[in-house]
Amino acid sequence: MPIALALVLIAVGSTLFHTLSPWWWTPIASNWGYIDNTLIITFWITGTAFVAVVLFMAYCVYRFRHGGPEQPHYEPENKRLEWTLTIATAIGVAAMLAPGLFVWHQFVTVPDEATDVEIVARQWSWSFRLPGKDGRLGTSDVRNISAENPLGLNPRDPLGQDDVVIETGDLHLQIDKPVKILLRSTDVLHNFYVPEFRGKMDMVPGSVTYFWLTPTRTGTFDILCAELCGVGHPQMRGAVVVADEAAYQTWLGEQRTFAELSGMTKIMKANFMPAEK
Amino acid sequence: MGITILFFSGLAVIAVWWLSTQRLTSKPWLEQGAAGEFPGTGVSSAPMAKVGLGVFLAAIGSLFALFISAYFMRMQLADWRPVPKPTLLWVNTGVLMLSSAALQLARARADQDDIAGVRTALLMAGGAALVFVSGQLYAWRQLSDAGYFLTSNPASSFFYLITALHGVHVLGGLVALGRNVARAWQGRNLARLSLGLDLCSLYWDFLLLIWLVLFGLLLLS
Amino acid sequence: MVDAVIGPEPVPPAEVAEVELYHPHSWITRYVFSQDAKVIAIQYSLTAMAIGLVALVLSWLMRWQLAFPGTLSFIDPSQYLQYITMHGMIMVVYLLTALFLGGFGNYLIPLMLGARDMAFPYLNMLSYWIYLLAVLVLVSSFFVPGGPTGAGWTLYPPQAILQGTPGYEMGIILMLTSLIIFIIGFTMGGLNYVVTVLQGRARGMTLMRMPLTVWGIFTATVLALLAFPALFVGAVMMLFDRVLGTSFFMPSLVSMGEQLQYGGGSPILFQHLFWFFGHPEVYIVALPAFGIVSDLISTHARRNIFGYRMMVWAIVAIGVLSFVVWAHHMYVSGMNPWFGFFFATTTLIIAIPTAIKVYNWVLTLWRGDIHLTIPMLFALAFIVTFVNGGLTGLFLGNVVVDVPLSDTMFVVAHFHMVMGVAPIFVIFGALYHWYPKVTGRMLNEGLGQLHFWITFLGAYAIFFPMHYLGLLGVPRRYHEMGSTSFVPESAQSLNVFITVAALIVGAVQLVFLFNLIWSLRYGRESGGNPWRATTLEWQTPETPPPHGNWGKELPVVYRWAYDYNVPGAKEDFLPQNRPPETSPA
Repeated sequence: MPIALALVLIAVGSTLFHTLSPWWWTPIASNWGYIDNTLIITFWITGTAFVAVVLFMAYCVYRFRHGGPEQPHYEPENKRLEWTLTIATAIGVAAMLAPGLFVWHQFVTVPDEATDVEIVARQWSWSFRLPGKDGRLGTSDVRNISAENPLGLNPRDPLGQDDVVIETGDLHLQIDKPVKILLRSTDVLHNFYVPEFRGKMDMVPGSVTYFWLTPTRTGTFDILCAELCGVGHPQMRGAVVVADEAAYQTWLGEQRTFAELSGMTKIMKANFMPAEK
Repeated sequence: MGITILFFSGLAVIAVWWLSTQRLTSKPWLEQGAAGEFPGTGVSSAPMAKVGLGVFLAAIGSLFALFISAYFMRMQLADWRPVPKPTLLWVNTGVLMLSSAALQLARARADQDDIAGVRTALLMAGGAALVFVSGQLYAWRQLSDAGYFLTSNPASSFFYLITALHGVHVLGGLVALGRNVARAWQGRNLARLSLGLDLCSLYWDFLLLIWLVLFGLLLLS
Repeated sequence: MVDAVIGPEPVPPAEVAEVELYHPHSWITRYVFSQDAKVIAIQYSLTAMAIGLVALVLSWLMRWQLAFPGTLSFIDPSQYLQYITMHGMIMVVYLLTALFLGGFGNYLIPLMLGARDMAFPYLNMLSYWIYLLAVLVLVSSFFVPGGPTGAGWTLYPPQAILQGTPGYEMGIILMLTSLIIFIIGFTMGGLNYVVTVLQGRARGMTLMRMPLTVWGIFTATVLALLAFPALFVGAVMMLFDRVLGTSFFMPSLVSMGEQLQYGGGSPILFQHLFWFFGHPEVYIVALPAFGIVSDLISTHARRNIFGYRMMVWAIVAIGVLSFVVWAHHMYVSGMNPWFGFFFATTTLIIAIPTAIKVYNWVLTLWRGDIHLTIPMLFALAFIVTFVNGGLTGLFLGNVVVDVPLSDTMFVVAHFHMVMGVAPIFVIFGALYHWYPKVTGRMLNEGLGQLHFWITFLGAYAIFFPMHYLGLLGVPRRYHEMGSTSFVPESAQSLNVFITVAALIVGAVQLVFLFNLIWSLRYGRESGGNPWRATTLEWQTPETPPPHGNWGKELPVVYRWAYDYNVPGAKEDFLPQNRPPETSPA
């Protein structure tokens, strides 16, 4: 009966591997503990189902083996049993789906107090933009992209002038402040992936995608690309630093705005004098 | 994908209706016995080729439904600019209808064993289909003369792509029609000819229907 | 259309007598340009297995790179991407789809239904040669400048057709062309499978008497005929974008510092088209496997398949539902997030009919008389791996749980388990099961045991731990992880373990190939019905069956396909064409 034994081994071995192995997700650093909880619920329900089915199979294979003690029995169907199993399955599925949809609703509902942060991907690096003092991001277009303006900001948009542009360097976020992450790509698909945040979303050239989160733990976290973007895909790294308010403000003070970067400070003032009158 | 889902729902209704006539709730282990005890559950008396064509048309329908879905999705994006519709398309539509009608005529003649009539009608149908394809080509030329090339904007890309795809299907049909023309001239095996005409006619009507839908789509956007 | 076998009278269209067609005159028409579905089936199977071997070798190279990065100097990041792309596309389309439908479909449908051949034999032959052409076009991309495409098997634009992706020069064009050719060829074959089920059934073979194998292949073919057009549309449009410069899928973008002429298109549109094909494709592979494994379990457990009606309804329900779940592959694609609610719900609903099938397989074992033959062992292995992979599908289908796991190795482990390993186990089981019918000889049992045990335990050892790499956060399609703060060093030892297992499992497939060839000559003679099975293919007058299958008289069907151990019967099985004893002739 090696096969019955092998089946038991698989059920037990998988469970042991799951509980004893050192490989588990990295500690969370955002508000999306809900996602982890839903995952745990799913592990419990599916794990139970898997072990039950495999052990039952092992039992059947042992007890009803050819030449064993039992006589075969002719039974085309058993409506009651089938319906019971169907309903039990439906309940199990609902127990996973309901929390899933509940959390998804939170995931797609951005709170009003969330501030915008823009992440721009290109082959194969990350850039970031913060809204500056006016709290709003200026418009952008791929057609504006040049060596001086790699993010393609609209030089004529007054809202964009005070935007903080971080072309090389890390993104800093303030702990416990919700952010709406706006995602943009200038060439191909990318995906903004910080494992500790749990959330992730593709970046699609031609449109702006988003998700939101609240960082809950200070530290420096890796940014990876999770959507195949060409040969440099695995090397496309960045870092996000979650800091407390003081450290965050210090860092922010060191950053430069779009206007400063593009060396257009004077022109901007000249342009805006008439508007101020 | 709304259009596609709609089309698929239609197919699903047909499938479910057919399955519902096949005693899917019966308990087959209780029903030993000879054939014919359960009327309607055997194969239908329709010719294989006709059933095959029906299935094929469902696949083609899916193809065009998906193109139309893609068209609608692309249309919602900002850079969509309608292209002018050459008046010639109206003429082409008429010609394709004529071609379909000629095939109906051929079927009617075949039923009356009028082989000469079948031949004339077949030539009319084939000729009209050829005129349709040439007309479509000429419409392309009119558009490109007016400055609308394949890559000018998405609407014109779709126009060329969809008309080309439809045209290819018409040309494929012409091959089948050619075989029937050959049969009509040989004049043997009228039963086979009659079936061939049925199939051609069904295919033609389907392509006409698709063209009308596509044409309507082009006009409305 | 094409000539069909049609009699002038309105007799059931399948009931043709032995005709001239069934007696090919030359070696060429018998073995090469044959219109015999069984020969076409063998041609399909051999071609699929040959190209599958290429994909297997590619997987070895990938696994080697992941475990021992940098040790094979010819594998660079570009090569790695080309390997994953070709491996994926070959396995899904050119191996699994072609083998299940073109191979098993062609061999089993006419035989199991009591037909002489497929509905349109000429079209059927054409289908194979077009498939072969598609395979050759695909293979040719290894030899063009720039090599095959490395866009990933999903071929997402814009990167699939831009600089920075390997094979953007010629490889992607050949890939798209090959897919278009494949779809045209498949449609010809698919028409045959569907129409033969509709119109080719023997007298008495009602739908509810059909073996589940036929139900599975039939439903899968219907799905394929309707879903492949979506890939066709996507491929044609991308080809236009690449070759002619249209902007169906291409937005304005700056590639490698250069403003391109494209503008306004939508990459997501392609993803919708791709997955509208891609998800039904999962069931195009799974449904034939479901059907075949049902028959393997029933035959070798000497018990009727439990809940036959539920099994049929579940196949139909899964087929219908498979068209409304596609966007669960796109939860993090940037599509409207509100779609997530709908697609998570439909996706989890599809788990219910799937679970019913699992229960009924297991309940068929209950109170059976289980013969642990090689086909049975592979069927059991299928249930284990399919349940495992199906359950991890509930993680990925439940939208919010998918977010952290998507695009990680968890996904890779999931789909390999559920649509790689599980269906391939069915293929192995089926080959051990039907090889005697195809060749008249049994496959060697000892080699079979060796093959089974290493393949089963090895494959599980490859893909079960791989889920945990995904949980750690290792993304897919990385040729090496590089340094991170969140993946521990020990993960690399897991990678080495997986690779060693993969190399062993891969190697033992060569034993299977050897068995296939060796047994052709030296295998034990099987007789016509070595498994004492009920279905019609085992009741042919000759084994292997000649062209035309049935000699002078077509079989007549009197009962369903699962009369095993019927109370009061003398033998433990009653073939479908055995008349009931009580009814007068």
